[in-house]
Order: sequence, then structure tokens, then C-alpha cells
Amino acid sequence: MTNAQSPAKEAAPGVMAQAVKEGLFAGILAFGMFLLYVGIETYQNIDNALVWRTRWGLLAIFVAVSAIGRFLVVGFFKPRIDRRKLAKAKAGIPEVSDDKGFFHRNFLKIAMLALVLYPPVVVSLYGVQGSLKFVDNFGIQILIYVMLAWGLNVVVGLAGLLDLGYVAFYAVGAYSYALLSQTFGLSFWVLLPMAGILAAFWGIILGFPVLRLRGDYLAIVTLAFGEIIRLVLMNWTEVTGGTAGISGIAKASIFGIWSFDVGASNNFARSFGLPMSSAYYKIFLFYVILALCLITAYVTIKLRSMPIGRAWEALREDEIACRSLGIDTVKTKLTAFAIGAMFGGFAGSFFAARQGFVSPESFVFLESAVILAIVVLGGMGSLTGIAVAAIVMVGGTELLREMEFLKHVFGEDFTPELYRMLLFGLAMVAVMLFKPRGFVGSRQPTAFLKERKSVSGSFTKEGHG
Amino acid sequence: MEYFIQQLLNGLTLGSIYGLVAIGYTMVYGIIGMINFAHGDIFMLGGFAALIVFLILTSFIAGIPVALALLIMMVVAMLVTSLWNWTIERVAYRPLRGSFRLAPLITAIGMSIVLSNFIQVTQGPRNKPIPPLVNDVFHFGDVTVSLKQMVIVVVTAVLLTIFWYIVNKTPLGRAQRATEQDRKMAALLGVDVDRTISITFIMGASLAAVAGTMYLMYYGVASFADGFIPGVKAFTAAVLGGIGSLPGAVLGGLLIGLIESLWSAYFSIAYKDVATFAILAFVLIFKPTGILGRPEVEKV
Repeated sequence: MTNAQSPAKEAAPGVMAQAVKEGLFAGILAFGMFLLYVGIETYQNIDNALVWRTRWGLLAIFVAVSAIGRFLVVGFFKPRIDRRKLAKAKAGIPEVSDDKGFFHRNFLKIAMLALVLYPPVVVSLYGVQGSLKFVDNFGIQILIYVMLAWGLNVVVGLAGLLDLGYVAFYAVGAYSYALLSQTFGLSFWVLLPMAGILAAFWGIILGFPVLRLRGDYLAIVTLAFGEIIRLVLMNWTEVTGGTAGISGIAKASIFGIWSFDVGASNNFARSFGLPMSSAYYKIFLFYVILALCLITAYVTIKLRSMPIGRAWEALREDEIACRSLGIDTVKTKLTAFAIGAMFGGFAGSFFAARQGFVSPESFVFLESAVILAIVVLGGMGSLTGIAVAAIVMVGGTELLREMEFLKHVFGEDFTPELYRMLLFGLAMVAVMLFKPRGFVGSRQPTAFLKERKSVSGSFTKEGHG
Repeated sequence: MEYFIQQLLNGLTLGSIYGLVAIGYTMVYGIIGMINFAHGDIFMLGGFAALIVFLILTSFIAGIPVALALLIMMVVAMLVTSLWNWTIERVAYRPLRGSFRLAPLITAIGMSIVLSNFIQVTQGPRNKPIPPLVNDVFHFGDVTVSLKQMVIVVVTAVLLTIFWYIVNKTPLGRAQRATEQDRKMAALLGVDVDRTISITFIMGASLAAVAGTMYLMYYGVASFADGFIPGVKAFTAAVLGGIGSLPGAVLGGLLIGLIESLWSAYFSIAYKDVATFAILAFVLIFKPTGILGRPEVEKV
């Protein structure tokens, strides 16, 4: 087995020549691709006319990075990965192992404890006002996406129906809370279930026409539906306020006992003699969204082992077999749409209560794409995987906002936020390329003989309808 | 009546652009069965390449003939977007070809986000206006036809003819059709499947680049965000016509263009996109595979 330790040296001349060749090729390719877009900068001068100037230095950096990157990949990383794969195949390690460590076995308990303790820990570390950023930007923001992705997971991961317009239900939830609370003065706790029901209702309305469609036709119609909802919200100015949106949406209260309105006599901070801060509201919201997430997870797990959940997964695996066995595919698809939409509606009304402001800008297609990406990157159908994907993708991009030190590296005009979505897109591509089955590639079947065994995610299909 | 004909002409122009982009979607879908979400952004890249070439040309050669300038813009845009689409296919789609269906869809959405943000970062977020290239208009009674509309329709017609010839009459087209029907069998019979797919991406990108150049000429402005809405509409057109069908893509594009301009003219501009999407949903409910699409055969 001495070969296995130093095959790189042995095969070096061939590999190196190949690497140099491919590196050069990548450099030439990059030159062609970036010459216009990076090498030339267009800007408006004082007379508002469009003019251009060259940026050869930047272009050179782009070309050099591409060439050297390709050279390193072909020359060093690829042989190493191939070797590792070969060794793994020889050793015959099964893809999914069932023996788990302490952390794995108690994962749920540890994660729960960490989440519940997160706000107090952050408050004790950074003070009440300092915790705002961490609880709001990281905690709540990520949990909203976890909830949305778990909701979409019912439709895409379990029932195998590709939905590209999920954000529509999120919008329905947000606008129903905003409008109903402003028109009828109802509280968050009354409107939260109502928003869910309304969204579920819209889910069924959308579900009916698309029942006959399959695969990519379904995808485009759901995308169209999402765009229709957004365009109506944008143009129906009398009701929705158009592009300006609705502002001054009532805050949620702690079941009507304590309120977070600054002027109210039962203000939370005043009742407890604490200094005024908006951080309390955010901490409260953190626990609300955590509870909502847990409900979503609980319902999903329970549904999976109920007849309807089994029917969803059967539908995903094979629609024709489903029909032959007498499963009502119409009912199955509609419930999947309705329940997925309901969770979207909950998340939407929570979003409206958190922001205090809704506008069509928040419900663009990109949001649907991000949610779908989280579901797929997490490994469709796996709740843990989806949560991990949400933390990595959303938390990662939020983290970029905080990278002030990069200003010292790249100069004062460097704004990391500009690169947020660029890196998000690159991460989407990279994760898919390296882990096409998502972060968690194993599944826990709900029906089993004698003992529950994990199966590889490659055994589950992604549906075609 | 004149008003109606006028709107018909506007719709035809817009529809030609959508049709050119839609072909890229439908070809890729036909040959590897994936929705290439980044195609709209390839169209946007084409527009930007044309814009930058235009700026360079006008600053070096002051009185360059418009036709020559347009031709150079178009050719350069085609070359650059072909390079991009070829590379994207190699890097982001090919490794996932044997994977499950949603994997390339996600990388395509990722690529779309990357491309639009790449242009936003390198060229700035503001709209880029250029002076009008073609100003001449012709009057036929009360109907006004601008030269740029004529250019768009003629260029589209010429390109579609060339394209139709390539797909139907050349060995390359035969390889493409064979790959579309059965990739494995085509490979067994000696068709270089990888190369055929690469060429398909290049052809799609070239047509999108021409559409991008036309779009720039027609509206006189380019923006990094211009990829999404025309992209979605072109995709809608491809589905409406029956995805995978080339005449369907052109027909769908023309229909979408007509619906859009007629709806704006007679009902409301604000809801023109709602009308487009609603008609798409309506057509698919009654004809789930689009107007010219072949019915899917259910296999057990």
C-alpha cells in the first residue's frame, strides 16, 4: 500500500502537465468572460452621459485567480479526493452508519437547550441593548427561514410537488395580519390562526387548477401564482397601499397581559421597572417563532406517521402506484398544499408583527428561491438538515453584514453587504456540487420492521408532479 | 382599427424578443430536462456586453454607421455570452447531470443570483442609459412603424430560419434531436452527447445575446436586474407553447408579447403581467402540456 501514500509523486508528471494545461485554458476562458464586465467599468459622468474606463488590474486578478485555482484543483485537490474515494470504496464503509456518538443521540435535547438559552446568554454577554442584533438578525431571521423551509418541505420534500411560488402564502399571511389588525383592531393571537387558515385556503385555491399538472409545468404555474399575488399587492393601492406597503402594524403582546407599545400603561418594561428597550420585544418574538417552529416540526413528524403523511410520501415515490392502490391523489395533493401554505401563513403573520411594516418588496421570487434552496440543500424531507441549511445559508449571509474588519483589508469603500447575495448564490452552487443530496443524506423511515434503520437519501425520490 | 394594428405591431416586436430567449429555455429543457433559470441572466449579460461594446465603439470611431455598430455589438455579445453559458454548463450543470432532478435546478437558480449580482457589483446598481441608436419611423396611414421594430422582427426572422435549418438539416441538429429523444441510445450510436449539450447551451446563449442586444436597442437602457422579468416571461412563453417544442417557443413568445401589449393598450398597464401569468395558468389547466407540446407518456 505504499502506492496509496504517494501516488501523487508517481503520477506527478502527467497530472502536472494536465494541471498546467487546464490552468492556462481556465485563464484564457476567464479573460474572455471577464474582459468586458470586469476589465471595463461603465459609469455616468457629470453630464449624465455613460462613459467607460479600464480596470486592467482587477481583470488581471480575476484571470490569475481562475488560472491558479483551476491549476490547484486539477493538480492537487482532485487526485487527493479521488484517492480518498478509492480508499473508502476499498475499505467498504457503508454510506450511512447507525452507531452514533453522545452528541448525535442527544442532538435534539442539546439543540433545544441551546435555543431556549440563547437569548439569556446573549443578554448576559452583550447587555440588553447589545443583544438586539444577535437575537433579531441571527435568531429570529434564521428561525423564520427554518419555519418557512419546514413548511415548504411538506409540499416539496414529502409530497414531491415542486412549488416555486411559496412566498405567496407568506405574503398572504403577512398581509392578512396587517390588514385585519388595522381594520378590525384584532390582536396577534386571534389573527395568527386566521392568517394560517387564510393561507391554507389560498393553498387549496391554487391547488385545484394545478392538480393535473406535473413536474415543471407545476413549477411554472406556482411561480406564476406567486408573481400574480405580488403584482396584485403592488397594484391594488386602495387596499394594500401599493409599493409603499402598510406601516405601523400593531405589535404582538404577551397574551394581552403585557404590551410592547411604548405608550401603553401595561408596557412590559414599565411593569417590571426595566429600562425602556426594543430588545424585550425581540426576545419575546424569538420565543414565539421558536414555539411556531416547534409546532411545525411536531405536526410534520406526526403527519409523517399518519395515513395522510404516508400517502404524501407514497405520492412522491410513485403516483401511478398510488392511484392503483386507491389513494385519493386529489385529496392528498390538496392537503399537502394547504398544510404547507398554512405554515407559510403563520410565518407571514409573524413577519408582519416583527417588522411592523409589509410591502411587496419582501415577497419577490428570490425569497421563494431561497426557501426552496434551503429545503433542497438540507436534503429534502430531513428536518434537521433543513435547519442546518437555514443556519448556514441565512446565518452566513447575515454574518457578512458584520464583517467590518474586511474594510481594513479591502479599503474604506468596501461594503460587504454588496457581496451578500453574490456569495449566497455561489454557496448554493458549491453546496449542490459537493453534496447533491443535501447536508443530511439519510432518512428515518416511519414504517419499519422490528427496528428503525436509517436509509441513504439516494433511495428516496424527489417526485415528478 | 389603426390603434389595434399599432398594438399588434408592438406586441410582435416584444414577442420576437421573448421568442428568441424562449428558444434557449426550451432547447435546454428538451435536451437535458432542466429549467435553466440562469438563462434570463444570460440574456441580461448579452445586453450589457452590447452596451459596453457600443460605448467603446463610439468613443474610438465617432461616426461609425449604426448598422455596422449593431452588427459588432451583436457578434461580440454572442461570443461573450456563449463563453459564459458554456462555462456555466461545465461547472454547475454537468457534474449534476446524473443526480436527482432538483439539483441542477438549484444550481441554476444559484447561477442566476450569481450573474445578476456579479453585474451589480462590477458595473454598479444604476440603470445604464444609452442614446437612441435607431430613430427613423415610417408612417403607413395612421400606423407608425419604427425602424428598430422592423430591425427586431427581421433579425428574429433571419435567425429563426438559420436556427431551423441547423436543427432540422445539419448533422449537428440530428445529433441534438437524437440526444433529446434518448441520450443513452444516442451515445451508443456514436453521438458525442457532452459536446452536443455544450453546443446547445452555446446556441441558446447566442440567441439570448441577440435578444439582449435588441432589447437594449429598443428600450435604450440596461440594468443588472433586467434578467429576471424578461427571463420569467420567456420561460412562460416556452411553457405556454409546450416546453421542448421549438416552434412552440416562438409561438408562445409571440403570444405573450401580443397579450402584454394588447392588455396594456385596452385594459391596464399595471396588470399586464398578471394577465400574462393568468392566461398561462388558464391554458395549462385545459392543455396541461402547452399548445404544441407532446402529451407526456406515463410509464410504470
